[in-house]
Amino acid sequence: MTIPTLPLRVAPPLMFGSRRALRLIERNLYVYRRTWIVIVSGFFEPLFYLLSIGFGLGRLVGNVPGPGGAEIPYQLFIAPALLASSSMNGAITEATLNFFFKLKYQKTFDAILSTPLSTADIAVGELGWALIRGALYTAGFLVVMVVLGLATTPWVLLTLPAALLISFAFGAVGMAATSFMRTWQDFDLIQLVILPMFLFSGTFYPLDAYPEPARFLVQVTPLYQGVDLLRSLAVGHVDLSIVVHVAYLSIMGVIGLIVVSRRLDKLLLR
Amino acid sequence: MAIALSRVLEHRAVQYRRTFRSSAFSSFLSPVLFLTAMGLGLGGYVDRSGGAALGGLSYLEFLAPGLLAATVMQAAAFEATFPIIGGLNWQRTFHAMYATPLSPRDIALGNLAWIAIRLAMIAAVFTAVIVVLGAAHSALVVLGIPVAVLTGMSFAAPIAAFSATQRTPNQFNVIFRFGITPLFLFSGTFFPIENLPGPLQAVAWLSPLWHGVDLTRGLVLGTIADRPLVMAIHVVVLTAIVVVASWATVRTIERRLIRG
Repeated sequence: MTIPTLPLRVAPPLMFGSRRALRLIERNLYVYRRTWIVIVSGFFEPLFYLLSIGFGLGRLVGNVPGPGGAEIPYQLFIAPALLASSSMNGAITEATLNFFFKLKYQKTFDAILSTPLSTADIAVGELGWALIRGALYTAGFLVVMVVLGLATTPWVLLTLPAALLISFAFGAVGMAATSFMRTWQDFDLIQLVILPMFLFSGTFYPLDAYPEPARFLVQVTPLYQGVDLLRSLAVGHVDLSIVVHVAYLSIMGVIGLIVVSRRLDKLLLR
Repeated sequence: MAIALSRVLEHRAVQYRRTFRSSAFSSFLSPVLFLTAMGLGLGGYVDRSGGAALGGLSYLEFLAPGLLAATVMQAAAFEATFPIIGGLNWQRTFHAMYATPLSPRDIALGNLAWIAIRLAMIAAVFTAVIVVLGAAHSALVVLGIPVAVLTGMSFAAPIAAFSATQRTPNQFNVIFRFGITPLFLFSGTFFPIENLPGPLQAVAWLSPLWHGVDLTRGLVLGTIADRPLVMAIHVVVLTAIVVVASWATVRTIERRLIRG
């Protein structure tokens, strides 16, 4: 066995579905055609936060140290962080509550499996749908950043794929976690992880506010990785740490996808 | 009527006893986390540069009473949507109640009374946290609890009246995203409404949450006597909304129970 074949044996490409996953995305398009307002409304949440916390409260905050230590206006500090956390929240909602509803109550996936689609197609298709939704929101938010004068460097364009990477990582892990859930009450556990991360991962204020050990604790959270990735790109402070963030989130997403494909096999086919 | 009401309350209390664990996080822990992150974490940066705009208050002192009212509002909106539509459409417990000597009025007011009790529990825990963090300046902080409940009910009652007309929860998303979230963010909770652009300040006056936030802040900080007239207006506005909307809730629930 040569080394290059090892990853393929652990995670064969077929495990990640086929082109049939597109059919699932098509299904979701049809379903949401009737409740498009739900999709549209998701765009406004980070925008409201940006206007309120960024501009309303930001006036009282002034400048804060950004990536690399240079002082930046609070609006520029918080905009990429809001984008990162809304990517996380959007992916988690789609991958946990909606996914669970289709899995346990609507039995959507049981119906889908009576067609040529496989469980891996479902995992990939659902995740693909969450990413398309995420891309729409991110593009919209970037336009807002440009209009509000918060786009100061061309690097900011790279926040689009980076935000999708965050959606991918959280969506995959969220679906994997959901496949272990038994009742709606279990979802409070997910909120128990998500909300503290949203509030304390350097989203609203720099890490200097914490003592050294707490700072390390924050730095290993996936949301911090995403926030720092987007913030570095948004201010154009590009260094090696970006590679670390990208690798962290990619590995997290792939592991989640492997787990969820295997779990779906177990839940739906046996 | 009081006895009939208490039967509805008893039903909700028994139900709550079985599910309170799952709501403990969202009703008690998450507001406290919010207060810690924004009040202490971000507050440190606000105090460093913007203290003057808050009239010499620390950001935690400014934020805590506003967040009390806003948290109760969010809980009120949730309690007035899903449990109401569930009782009328999913579990149909309201129909079951209607098959007993209970009247639609008992069912509507009993459920609103239960929401008020839930909100009082949340407000009490939050108020205790405010006192522990040293952000209360006056013994009047205790009155912050009923005022926060009044604020919450000024949302719960109209939303419940609306929920009773719905057969699916599709519209709730719109209420939360375009109603509750903007009010949460722009009603003087996180920053004084004087920081809003001119025309928006007038809009903030229309927000029931702003009345609640300003009133709660006056009580917690003990500054209520400085502007007695404004404070009285707040109470009148909130009470009027609760009374009118409670009547509307009775009517919409009655209509659904009688006509199906």
